[in-house]
Amino acid sequence: MNTIIFTIATLSVLGLLLAIVLYIIAQKFKVEEDPRIDTVEALLPGANCGGCGKAGCRAFAEAAVKEGLTSLFCPVGGNAVMQAVAQALGQTIEDKAPQIAVLRCSGSCSNRKKTNVYDGISSCAAIASLYGGETDCLFGCLGKGDCEAVCQFGAIKVNQQTGLPEVDQDKCTACGACVKACPKLLLELRNKGPKDRRIYVACRNKEKGAVARKGCLVACIGCGKCAKECAFEAITVETNLAYIDYTKCRMCRKCVAVCPTGAIHEVNFPPRVAAVKPATEASVSASASEAAKQAVPVQKEEKKVEIPVQKQ
Amino acid sequence: MRTFRMGGVHPADKKISQNAQIEKLPVPKMVYISMIQHLGAPAVPCVAPGDKVKVGQVIGTPTGFVSAPVHSSVSGTVKSVGMINDLSKRPVNTVVIEVEGDEWLETIDRTDTINRDIVLDQKQIIERIKECGVVGLGGATFPTNVKLSPPPTAKPTCVIINGAECEPYLTSDYRVMMEMPEQVLIGGTIFMKALGVAKCYIGIEENKPEAIKKLSSLAVNYPGIEVVTLKKKYPQGGEKQLIDAVIGKKVPSQGLPVDTGAVVQNVGTAFAVYEAVQKNKPLFEGIMTVTGDCSKQQRNFVHRVGTPLSFIMDYCGGVPEDAAKIISGGPMMGKAVANTDAPTLKGTSSILFLTEAQTKRQPEGNCIRCGKCVEACPMGLEPYLLNKLGRATMTEELEAHHVYDCIECGCCQFTCPAYIPLLDTIRQSKATVMKIMRSRNSK
Repeated sequence: MNTIIFTIATLSVLGLLLAIVLYIIAQKFKVEEDPRIDTVEALLPGANCGGCGKAGCRAFAEAAVKEGLTSLFCPVGGNAVMQAVAQALGQTIEDKAPQIAVLRCSGSCSNRKKTNVYDGISSCAAIASLYGGETDCLFGCLGKGDCEAVCQFGAIKVNQQTGLPEVDQDKCTACGACVKACPKLLLELRNKGPKDRRIYVACRNKEKGAVARKGCLVACIGCGKCAKECAFEAITVETNLAYIDYTKCRMCRKCVAVCPTGAIHEVNFPPRVAAVKPATEASVSASASEAAKQAVPVQKEEKKVEIPVQKQ
Repeated sequence: MRTFRMGGVHPADKKISQNAQIEKLPVPKMVYISMIQHLGAPAVPCVAPGDKVKVGQVIGTPTGFVSAPVHSSVSGTVKSVGMINDLSKRPVNTVVIEVEGDEWLETIDRTDTINRDIVLDQKQIIERIKECGVVGLGGATFPTNVKLSPPPTAKPTCVIINGAECEPYLTSDYRVMMEMPEQVLIGGTIFMKALGVAKCYIGIEENKPEAIKKLSSLAVNYPGIEVVTLKKKYPQGGEKQLIDAVIGKKVPSQGLPVDTGAVVQNVGTAFAVYEAVQKNKPLFEGIMTVTGDCSKQQRNFVHRVGTPLSFIMDYCGGVPEDAAKIISGGPMMGKAVANTDAPTLKGTSSILFLTEAQTKRQPEGNCIRCGKCVEACPMGLEPYLLNKLGRATMTEELEAHHVYDCIECGCCQFTCPAYIPLLDTIRQSKATVMKIMRSRNSK
C-alpha cells in the first residue's frame, strides 16, 4: 500500500516541478507572433501550391501581415479569399480579373505531321534537352504532359487524340505551375475574360511563314492581317508571330475571321449570328488560301472541347 | 594487359567496316558549314553572301578563349549566312557555300610526302593549332590548343593518344592508324613538344592487332612513344578511363584530367595536328565511317566538313529499307539523326544504320536491386539510386551522390535487365543539378 502512495506522490511532485520548469522556459523563450498570421492562414485554401510566389500558405500569410496585400494574390482562392483576407487585416483591395492557363499551340496530330519518332522517357523536358522534337515545328507542344504532371488541381490533361493538353477551366486556378513546367513556354496565364470568352493566338512559331506552314497547317505565319484589322491596337506582330494583348482586346472577333491559317482561337463565343455569318465567311474565303478551309474544323474542335467542360 | 579498374561493359564488336580503305568523298554542290563545331563559344561568320572563298579560308572567327575558327572546306561563292537546323533540329548559325571548282589556298601543302622534322617551336605549334581550328576528334570536340595550354598549376608528364575506339561499329580511328601511322606518330611527337613532356603512350584495344603491330614497329623510330595494348572494354576511350587504364591514375571528382599529369588526345586529332603543323592545313576534312548491319555498303570516307548527311547516304546507295534509326557517332554515345539534311561537322565520326530489332526499347520493368548498373558504372556511381532520386527531383541528394560525375556512357542502361531508362533520367537530373551548381558558383 505504502509503495503505491509513495509512487503516486513522487510522480505528482515530479510532474509539478517539471510543469513549473516548462512554464518558466516557455515564458522566457516565448516567440512573439502576430496572431493575425494564424487568422489569415485559416482563410487561405491550404493548397500550398506556390502559385502566389511564396513557399506555401503560411509564408503567404506572414507576408500578407508584414508587407500588406498590394503585391500579393492567391490564385487558387481568387477574389473571394483575397477580400476575406483584406477584411481580416482591415485593408481594402481591388478585385483582380480571374485568370486561366491557355495553351498557345494548336499543332494537333492532324495539323502537324510527325517527321520522326522519339522513343526515350516520356518527358517534355527530356525531349527539349535532346533535340527539336518529333515534328518540323521547333516551337510547338511536345505532348508528353509535363504540364499535366505538375498540375495539383487535375485541371490539365493531354488529349491522346490531338496530342495536346487541354485546360479544364473550372478546375484551373491559374497557379502558374504548368507555365513554369513547359519547356517550350507554350502556356500563358491570360484573363479568363467576360463570360469566360477569350481570343488568343494559339501558336508560338517564330519562323518565317513558309517554314512555319511547312511544319504545321495552323501556324501563325506573321502576315499581320489581324494587326491591321484590330481597331484597338491589341495585336502586335514580332518575329513573324502575332500576339494579342488581353488587356486591350475587346472581343470583336474580327481578327479570328481574317486569320488565313486559323491560328487565332476564340473560346466560348456563341455561334456567329446569321446576318454576320455570310460576311465573315466571305472574308475568310477572300483572304485565305487552302489553309483556312483546313483550319475551320480545328476551330470547331476547340469549341467542342471547351463547352462540355463548362457543363460539368 | 591493362584496362581501367572500375566498371565497364562488353558490347559486341561489330567492326564490319574495318577493312574498307579510306576513300575521298566527292564534293557536293552545296555545303553547309556550321559555326558550332566545337565545345565553347560559337564562331562568328566573317563572310557575307556573294563573297568568293577558297578551300581553307577562314569563314568563322572564334569568340573567347575556349572557341575555334571555322574554315571553308570548298571553294565557291557564299550563298547565305543564317540559321539552319542541325541534326538535332536545332537552329545553328551556318554559312552556305555553292561549290565552284576546287581551288585551295596556296599556303596549304598538298603533297603526299611525310614531313618528319618539326621546325616550329612550342609556342608556334600551339598558335598554329589554334589558327587551323583543330578540335578533339574523339567526340567532345574540345579545342585542342586549349588542352595543350594547361593551367600553370598543372604539371603535365605524358601524352596519351587514344586509339581505343571502344564504341562498336566505328572504324575511322582504326583506318587512320592503319593508313596514316607515321602521321599519327609525328602528331604524337608534336604533342610532346607542345607540352614539353618526354613520354607519349598510344593506347589501342586488343581487338585491333594489325594496328598495334604497325604502330609498334614504327614507334621505334620515334623516341618516347610507346604503344600500350589494352583489354577490350567499353568505355575505354573515355578520357578518365583511358588515363586509369594506361598510367593507373584516377582523375579526381570535378578535377581536370591534367591533374594526373596526362593529356589525352585522339588518334584523329593527332593526324589533324600533323596536317595543321606540318602541312599548314586547317581542319576542314574529317574521317568518318558509314556502317551498320543493314547498311548497303561498309565504307570509310574523308569528307569535307559541311557535306549534308543525306548526300553521303545517297552516295552509299541510300537509306536501307530496314533501317529504323540513323545515328551519328557510335551506338553507345552517338546522337540519333532527326534531320538527315543536316551537314557533317569536324567531329562527325559516322553514319550508322540500326534496324528495328536493334533499337526497339523493351517495356520498362521494376528494379530488382541486382546491382548490375552499379557494377557497370565506370565512374563508381549508383545509377539505380540516381534514377530514383531523379524521378523524385531530389536535387540535393543527387548532388550528394555525385550525379555531375556521370560521363553519360550508357553502361548502366546497357546492362539493366529490367530495361529501365537509367541514362535518360540521369542525364536530365545531371543537367538540372549542373545548372543549380553553376548559378550557385556565379553568385
